Amino acid sequence: MAFREYKIGARMFGISLASSMFITLVMPTLDIRAVGATDIALDKQLAAGRETGFNLDDPLMMGRNKPLKVLLRNDPKTNTPLDTPRYVYVFNAGTSFPSGILHPVTLGADQAQLSETQGNISLASKAAGAVFAISHGTVNGHELPYIENLTATKGWTPADILLVAKDEDVSHVGAGKTMFVREGCWWCHTLLPEETQDWQVFGAPPALGDFNGESPTAFGSDRKAPDLLHVGSRNSSREWMMMHFFNPRLVQPHSIMPRFDYLWGDVDAKGNKIDFAKWRTEYLEYHDGKRVTPPDVPEYAKDSEIRYLIDFVLSLK
Amino acid sequence: MFKYMFARGEDIPSGSAAIYFGFSSIVWFVIGTGLGSFNASKLAFPDMVTGNEWFAFGHMRQVHVHAVIFGWISMAFAMAMMYITPALGNTKLWSEKLGVWNCFLWNLGLTLGLTVLWAGITSGREYSDFPWFIDLYIAAFMAIPLGINVWMTIIKRRTQGIYTTNWFFAAAVFMVIIVFLVGNSPEFFHLTGLTEGYLTWWFAHNVLGLWITPVAAAIAYYTIPKVTGNPLYSHRIGHLHFWSVVVFYSTPAAHHLMSAPLPEWLKSFASVEGVLILVPAIAFVSNLLLTMQGKWYMFVENLEVRFTITGVLMAIPLNMQGGFQQTRAINWYIHGTGWIVAHAHLALLGFSTFLEAAAVYFGLQTIMRRKLYSLTLGNVHFWMLLIGFTIYWVSMTIAGLIQGAGKIYEVPYIDVVIAEHPYMIARWIGGTMVFTGNILWLINMWLTAREGTVVPSGRMPHELAYER
Repeated sequence: MAFREYKIGARMFGISLASSMFITLVMPTLDIRAVGATDIALDKQLAAGRETGFNLDDPLMMGRNKPLKVLLRNDPKTNTPLDTPRYVYVFNAGTSFPSGILHPVTLGADQAQLSETQGNISLASKAAGAVFAISHGTVNGHELPYIENLTATKGWTPADILLVAKDEDVSHVGAGKTMFVREGCWWCHTLLPEETQDWQVFGAPPALGDFNGESPTAFGSDRKAPDLLHVGSRNSSREWMMMHFFNPRLVQPHSIMPRFDYLWGDVDAKGNKIDFAKWRTEYLEYHDGKRVTPPDVPEYAKDSEIRYLIDFVLSLK
Repeated sequence: MFKYMFARGEDIPSGSAAIYFGFSSIVWFVIGTGLGSFNASKLAFPDMVTGNEWFAFGHMRQVHVHAVIFGWISMAFAMAMMYITPALGNTKLWSEKLGVWNCFLWNLGLTLGLTVLWAGITSGREYSDFPWFIDLYIAAFMAIPLGINVWMTIIKRRTQGIYTTNWFFAAAVFMVIIVFLVGNSPEFFHLTGLTEGYLTWWFAHNVLGLWITPVAAAIAYYTIPKVTGNPLYSHRIGHLHFWSVVVFYSTPAAHHLMSAPLPEWLKSFASVEGVLILVPAIAFVSNLLLTMQGKWYMFVENLEVRFTITGVLMAIPLNMQGGFQQTRAINWYIHGTGWIVAHAHLALLGFSTFLEAAAVYFGLQTIMRRKLYSLTLGNVHFWMLLIGFTIYWVSMTIAGLIQGAGKIYEVPYIDVVIAEHPYMIARWIGGTMVFTGNILWLINMWLTAREGTVVPSGRMPHELAYER
């Protein structure tokens, strides 16, 4: 029997499905591909590294294989203060490069050209590690951002940078994004102020070119909590973040956010074991009015997952 | 099941695959709605079970979504395809053994995938959350074998034409494989940026539009004529439904991102196409309701008809919402609020689940030749589902409108959270009712298999009186 008496139908089906695929896949992709990266897009991809969802470089999503975003105050060669501190992105040896370095075409034609001719990104080597920064150049009278490979242009190596940078200037933004995705923050917090009415409360919506090279974009769709795209501009207090992540009810009694105390790991900043059971008992006493103040939130360790996550959240300016 | 996986094809009784798929789907429904109920409790009472990543909301939310979509809904679809496709072709399933293996591999893959998601290992993309190795598994061992079985059964049919239901089955299983592979391509090929963001919603839209909606409708095209004995009102309207699904439902993916920075032409195009979704919707609903002519008493007396027609009736508000809420005029108000959550549950727990539940009830009874163990339990299940869902839908719609108002009047967000609290409790109660009803259903179906009255061949289960 086969489908032979349905020859016309089968062909119509093929034509209609193929046309809708052409309109909804090929045409938008060509359009989106032509968009050039903005400063924001370059910052996001350099800070987050290659990709954040499941990948073979970090299969258990522990925040491995991620670059560091460093606020550089001193010249790493001479150790003299810079005129203006600047952000650099440190890819230690072996850390995967983001999409813009691997495939400059995704930055947009002009940005790609600047990054290759003036930024020397093609000289960057994953095996040796590299230091990148966002610089600005001019193409046809337009000022455009591009990626500069400081290891090639200035000879700054990752080790040089980390030698002069203080720990408080080092941000684990990339590893923090891994935590953001793994812990499902984006199920409630969107990263997408809406184009219609969010300007006053949550700040400017992103522009077309703000996403080049980012993966996953993790917009979120179901907003049960404030938008976080510009949260670092609204609240930059690390202490507040720490209390809020440990138990959101400490700073906002009506919050329905889960506690993320398990991201502290086993030990605090001084290496002492954290006694979660004792903390919860004391918090319950405070909650029931038997204590005047809540117990202190333990200081997190320098390489704890919560440090990564707070670094990421505070980087959302 | 295991004894048939290594048996010779001709030794496997007809319908085995459908039975395994049917019971698996009910078990996943219980698991999926149980997780949903637990998640809802966390939104109402965030400190209930706390301090443990395995019970954190962010680790469990996607497990609920994928358990109901890939476990309950899709396995119920597979179950329906395993018995309806051959029945409409007057033949046997092309390969019962492939069907049994398909069911085993489906359960295995889903268990693995949900475990991985529960651990937080995800692609970070809503609805296509599974990491790429699970995606490849789903395509190779779940979707494609199902497709092969359906297509081969239709090709080997012993009837002249192909009935509406089977066009939908053959086309939908083909389309879902394409959608699945294209929609997950950002992971396979490291696509980034807006392309990745857009493809996420291209997938999410099309998996609903080209898989869940048409297959659920196709099931109703079988159940209602079969159980009532009325022929389908109009095959032409069925044609209109089929072609308008293929043409209109496959195009509005971008309307999920109406307030995101996408090219404006794409959003406008998607929005217009989104309204045209009403064409297949109206064709489907009118065709089914007109088929009921003269048999409306069965809506009251017959469980399968009641489930199906309730689902069909729910398609009316579903598509009225769906057609218009994505236009710019409405979307700016309700985008990203609980309204959308309510709408998604109206589609999956309302419309689609009610149609599939009827197919699973009817299919398991006819294949096993056992009359439903207890009609009372079946009725309780129906009302638990309907009332639980209604509580859920009403409370989430109201919560969504509150959120929308909070959004445009720039109310501090915490005040919105406080205002939503009673509705979060209502949502949890509604979800728990659905979960409880499903446990009863599982028990009822199990007892049907063990102790149901035997249905003589040539008779329909509902034609028999209960004898106990």
